[in-house]
Amino acid sequence: MAKNPNRPLSPHLQVYRWSPQMAISIFHRATGFILATVGMVTLLWWLSAIGGGAESYATFQKYVVSAGESATGFEMAINWFFRLLGLAVTFSFFQHLASGIRHLVLDIGAGYELKTNRTWASAAFIAAFFATAFVVLFVASRFLGV
Amino acid sequence: MDSRTYIGRVRGLGSAKHGGEHWLKQRLTAIGNILLTTWLVVSLLLMPNFDQATLAQWLAQPTVAVPMILMIVNIFSHARLGLQVLIEDYVHDEGLKFGAMALLNFYVVASAVFGIFVVAKLAFTGASA
Repeated sequence: MAKNPNRPLSPHLQVYRWSPQMAISIFHRATGFILATVGMVTLLWWLSAIGGGAESYATFQKYVVSAGESATGFEMAINWFFRLLGLAVTFSFFQHLASGIRHLVLDIGAGYELKTNRTWASAAFIAAFFATAFVVLFVASRFLGV
Repeated sequence: MDSRTYIGRVRGLGSAKHGGEHWLKQRLTAIGNILLTTWLVVSLLLMPNFDQATLAQWLAQPTVAVPMILMIVNIFSHARLGLQVLIEDYVHDEGLKFGAMALLNFYVVASAVFGIFVVAKLAFTGASA
């Protein structure tokens, strides 16, 4: 059956035409979920590793930051898995922060004009991207000697 | 015809005056999170080094332990409100919803108490290696 592109689309995720305004809403929820699960557990792990002493902090660093020079392939793989989680949490943090600030602005009744709304939705994504890139560079230069 | 008085007819039918509570709490904790996580991010960027001893000494200071505990309480409150909405939106079975909500409360309360204890222990007993 030939698809007529002029037909209206039923509102569901798979068939929506993606726009910054709708993407930011979904991302706000998804990143909030990531922060509330992976993010919060990582925060507690970091705090308890600091409280637990040098040895427990070394374990945290081995998993999350760098497996070290003499790491086996398996240890490196686990390290990269946690690094990816860290990247996801970092991006989620800035994305949720940016779209959260946008929500607070919308809550006072501002920024609903179509063009303004679209601009700030895109701006939130761009801000989150650059903030994440900055943290990646910071971590790479401070911890990994890049 | 209803023979009750006007006040008797409308009493108990109006808003419970709690409708805005969840919405408002989520916004207030959001504002708190903006302030507290900005403090954490700036503190981390200014940290001289990331050795355990440095971090433990940093965390044990009252001016760090207090905002950190506030941040834990605030983050976990905000997360509880947010995950509650996710459960309400996606879990439709009443029994599952009840169970998920109970688990959520256990998760956030236990995690927050754990985090507060870790920080308080460092602050009260001093940073040990």
